Amino acid sequence: MATRSISLTVNGQRYEREVESRLSLADLLRHELALTGTHVGCEHGVCGACTVLIDGRTARSCLTFAVQADGCEVTTVEGLTPATGELNVLQQAFQDQHGLQCGFCTPGILMTLTELLRDNPDPTESEVRDGLTGNLCRCTGYAGIVSAALEAARRLRAQQGS
Amino acid sequence: MGAKQFGARVARVEDPALLSGRGRFVDDVKFPGMLHACFVRSPHAHARIGGIDASAACALPGVRAVLTADDLPPPMDRNRMPMLVPNPAIAASLTQHCLARDEVCYVGQAIAVVLADSRYIAEDAIALVEVEYDVLPAVSDYRTADEPDAPRAHLALDDNIASKFRMAYGDADADAAFAAAPHVFTEEIWQHRGGGMAMETRAVVANSDPTSGLLTVWSATQTPHICRRMLADLLDRDLESIRVIAPDVGGGFGPKAIFYAEEAVIPAAALKLRRPVKWTEDRREHFMCATQERDQLWTVSIAVDDGGKILGVRGTLLHDTGAFVPWGIIMPYIAAATMPGPYVIPNYALDVKVVLTNKVATTPVRGAGRPQAVFAMERLMDRVARELKLDAAEVRFRNFIQPQQMPYAVGLTFRDGKPLIYDSGDYPKAQQEALRLIDYAAFQQRKAAARAQGRFIGIGIGNYVEGTGLGPYEGVTVRVLPDGKVAVATGATNQGQGTRTTLGQIIADRVGCRFQDIIMTVGDTAAISQGVGAFASRQAVNAGSSAMMASEVVRTQIIKLAAQTLGVPESDIDVDDGIAVARSGNRPSLTFRELARLAQGMPGFSLAPGQTPGLEHTAYFTPPQASYCSGTHLAEVEVDPMTGAVTIVNYAVVHDSGTIINPLIVDGQIQGGVAHGIGNALLEWMRYDENAQPLTTTFADYLIPLATDVPTCKIAHVESPTPLNPLGVKGAGEGGTIPAAAAIVAAAEDALAEFGVHFAETPLMPERIVGALRAVGAYDKLGEIA
Repeated sequence: MATRSISLTVNGQRYEREVESRLSLADLLRHELALTGTHVGCEHGVCGACTVLIDGRTARSCLTFAVQADGCEVTTVEGLTPATGELNVLQQAFQDQHGLQCGFCTPGILMTLTELLRDNPDPTESEVRDGLTGNLCRCTGYAGIVSAALEAARRLRAQQGS
Repeated sequence: MGAKQFGARVARVEDPALLSGRGRFVDDVKFPGMLHACFVRSPHAHARIGGIDASAACALPGVRAVLTADDLPPPMDRNRMPMLVPNPAIAASLTQHCLARDEVCYVGQAIAVVLADSRYIAEDAIALVEVEYDVLPAVSDYRTADEPDAPRAHLALDDNIASKFRMAYGDADADAAFAAAPHVFTEEIWQHRGGGMAMETRAVVANSDPTSGLLTVWSATQTPHICRRMLADLLDRDLESIRVIAPDVGGGFGPKAIFYAEEAVIPAAALKLRRPVKWTEDRREHFMCATQERDQLWTVSIAVDDGGKILGVRGTLLHDTGAFVPWGIIMPYIAAATMPGPYVIPNYALDVKVVLTNKVATTPVRGAGRPQAVFAMERLMDRVARELKLDAAEVRFRNFIQPQQMPYAVGLTFRDGKPLIYDSGDYPKAQQEALRLIDYAAFQQRKAAARAQGRFIGIGIGNYVEGTGLGPYEGVTVRVLPDGKVAVATGATNQGQGTRTTLGQIIADRVGCRFQDIIMTVGDTAAISQGVGAFASRQAVNAGSSAMMASEVVRTQIIKLAAQTLGVPESDIDVDDGIAVARSGNRPSLTFRELARLAQGMPGFSLAPGQTPGLEHTAYFTPPQASYCSGTHLAEVEVDPMTGAVTIVNYAVVHDSGTIINPLIVDGQIQGGVAHGIGNALLEWMRYDENAQPLTTTFADYLIPLATDVPTCKIAHVESPTPLNPLGVKGAGEGGTIPAAAAIVAAAEDALAEFGVHFAETPLMPERIVGALRAVGAYDKLGEIA
């Protein structure tokens, strides 16, 4: 099987790897770089559990080949947590608002909302719901997720304002 | 001692790890030298297997082995898998082989397994395994499965009937009641199968440690202790040499409660090849091979008097069990017992037939037969209201079992083998409260206002009673550690329910320790000797009660030891935040750390009379019978007649699960359950063609609810504590799903009432709505309006 050497930055750390050209980015992250926070729920690009940021934009890591991320900056859920080890504002809002149950879809949802709140710091509930349509959650019925996103937006705006 | 944690909206201890990517799911488990498995599966719904030629697959670089049934260890090479819930009413007690031997009976049935250095190579190799099939006719439509000329789902069977039984009370066949009744209405109700569709698929890792001889299996299961027992039987191994761990599990919803062939094959492969082995199901396999539920055809009649009071209910229920009966006939049994619900029904008779088809087996999916029964019963109630021109809520009020009738003996035997006796509940109050939450009184005004704008809105009611908290038991061990922390072990498992949090709340209050000082092991057979697991909304009842019982014993041990050591009466000792304090004198105290060390004893010295080693106790609560939770759902929907789209604009739930341990978690369970019910009502239909080929094997074909499909429900609680366990709790995990389809489909029908359309099917797809409107000429009318 053909291999290629790639180099990419994940959560600020640079990696160089020799990979099969068919290796998915999700499998690279999970099984080669030991970043198992990114989850694979359908492998056909619908469920969104594998969502990561590539150069700041959300992408399905199950449908992205690792070689496509050559030279890119990738952010995964592990990259959201501040160095102090505490939860960031969005993560904390998820705990406060019961935005997760089994937690399997959660990393992908956090990445989607990270992008959404960056681009739209004051979203309406309907904008949050629209923004979440690329992520499936089977446990929560989305109510806690939506309120966590709105609560995080409020807290982030308050931080910016202060 | 005041409760500090119990009853409070305590944030979950599970969350920080899951939110920061530090969860540990089965696919995250990794060993050096680990092989990856992929299964060769039948592409046919029914076929005889000729030869299997794996030579080309074996020749592929990186492939280490291809195993078929004959390569498995005895007795699993020849024996069928164990029946998990046997019942004398099962005529064809059929379970599958771990790997198929001569015959495959559904698309996706495992025939062989490839073990390779990577998952990628294993997937390449399965395409190279050549299996000769002699394709046989398949049973696809369960409605015709029992006809004399139907194909047979299995070669060895004379017919496709797995079981027939009757559930009845009152006069024989309810004949007299029906003969005398002024009104009899009949409905034929068709409900389709869907899946649990946990976001994490199934997954198994097995590793046999050559030094200790211990076989450790990680499985994304709801029932690790059951998994361990099954493995001991199938591998003919001593139970003590097997450890099963369910680490973080990404959703369960029922299909992960049963024991699967892959859970046996992967350990067998690890033992045979002396290498760790991992298998992670892909979503396509999950659609084909993980168990499903809800295919039922009901033909039911209701007899009522002129005031809408029920005189009798009778009919037939046809249930599709799929190709096998691994979980027995639990779902049709529960369905038949759930039908009477919260209503006084003097005469009841239901004839149940369970048929085999060439589809993956059906086993409980969130609700387990109850959603179908509630849908059938509530469709009858709506029919009565319509025919007698009564308000839908009023008809229900006239028929409710009253709170003063509790405990109420329905007259049937429930799935737990005990008489079906509702222990507690206030059904009229729940409905009253739900009507208030959704402002039912003003609905007709809202409807008229919407209609004036050309919009069609409707409202629907779903009432239910649900048997929860089933036995046999669940255990909890509470142990104070020498560092003063409190170790807890339980056979209860966690697939998102917040098991650690709720049990921790009970234990912190009852032992008298800090919530954050509890270290809990769930889902690990090494932690506690007996365990059952998650199904039937049973863990808060069983494990919760055991947590309370074990904690109280440990607290007593703490008080005794502290009193003895401090030289004060036991009645003088308070225990709080991990410290035992004497109320008298200068308030001397001992920490849990000091007490735990004292309780270990000193080498060579006997313990004081009556003292037991350590501060530790294990309790196994066993419920006397099911506890019955109940509730009312009200759905307000808008239907677009031009597209058939249904939008849920308002949804209210009043739920009675007895005493509530953590409202945050219970409300989350309800909201999530409603979402699943919305899927059942409007979206989720696992379709097969006439050859029983699955057609909906991606999330693009099989739709589950999105954030834009599920409103945030208005939730309120009626708390009727059950007298059947010391906490007064009832189950909460399935009630959100059970009446949702009934309420939503009723609301859609109500929205289109002026056209006279009638719906008696789930899911209610847009094409069904448009088809029904077209059939009654609604578009001519709508054209005139436009």
